[in-house]
Amino acid sequence: MYIGRVVGTVVATIKDEAFHGRKLLLVDKLGLDGRPVSDGRAAGTSDYTYDICVDVAQAGPGDLVLVIDEGNGARQVLGRGVAPVRAVIVGVVDEVDVPI
Amino acid sequence: MQLARVIGTVVATRKYTGLEGIKFLIVQPLSRQQRPVGEPVVAADGTAQAGPGELVFIVGSREAAQALPIKFVPVDHAIVGIVDEVET
Repeated sequence: MYIGRVVGTVVATIKDEAFHGRKLLLVDKLGLDGRPVSDGRAAGTSDYTYDICVDVAQAGPGDLVLVIDEGNGARQVLGRGVAPVRAVIVGVVDEVDVPI
Repeated sequence: MQLARVIGTVVATRKYTGLEGIKFLIVQPLSRQQRPVGEPVVAADGTAQAGPGELVFIVGSREAAQALPIKFVPVDHAIVGIVDEVET
């Protein structure tokens, strides 16, 4: 799981039925300093690492969220035995404390 | 799950059992600013309606196969939706 920031929404009419009635949000992955991270795959750009996530936590743009990026957990959350889904927002984060 | 742009098609007549009738497209993964990220990949079209030039979203790894009619096939990227709009 990782902590991310909701930065946008994705609208799609034609999609797998596992996504029907679900909200899709764009989430930037954050580092420990609370800033978006770039995993270096973005060759030639400094664009951030992100996921398109299914939202089951009533999250919205600007929210700090908890994301699970793993298929079995995602299917369990969605209550489906089969679903081509990996990234799901499972919580809205109130506070993070990392004493170093 | 990431944004990607369909940039080409693949035709393969002889395929592993279970992949018959599946359309394969070449997609370029994109950042959320819709700039190319990494190398293009071959993705199975789970929507059966995507075509060159379209903005889609893809799912990778084992979950890709679950977008297809037969759920346990050797596929590692699949198109699971056609994007109408991205708002940031």
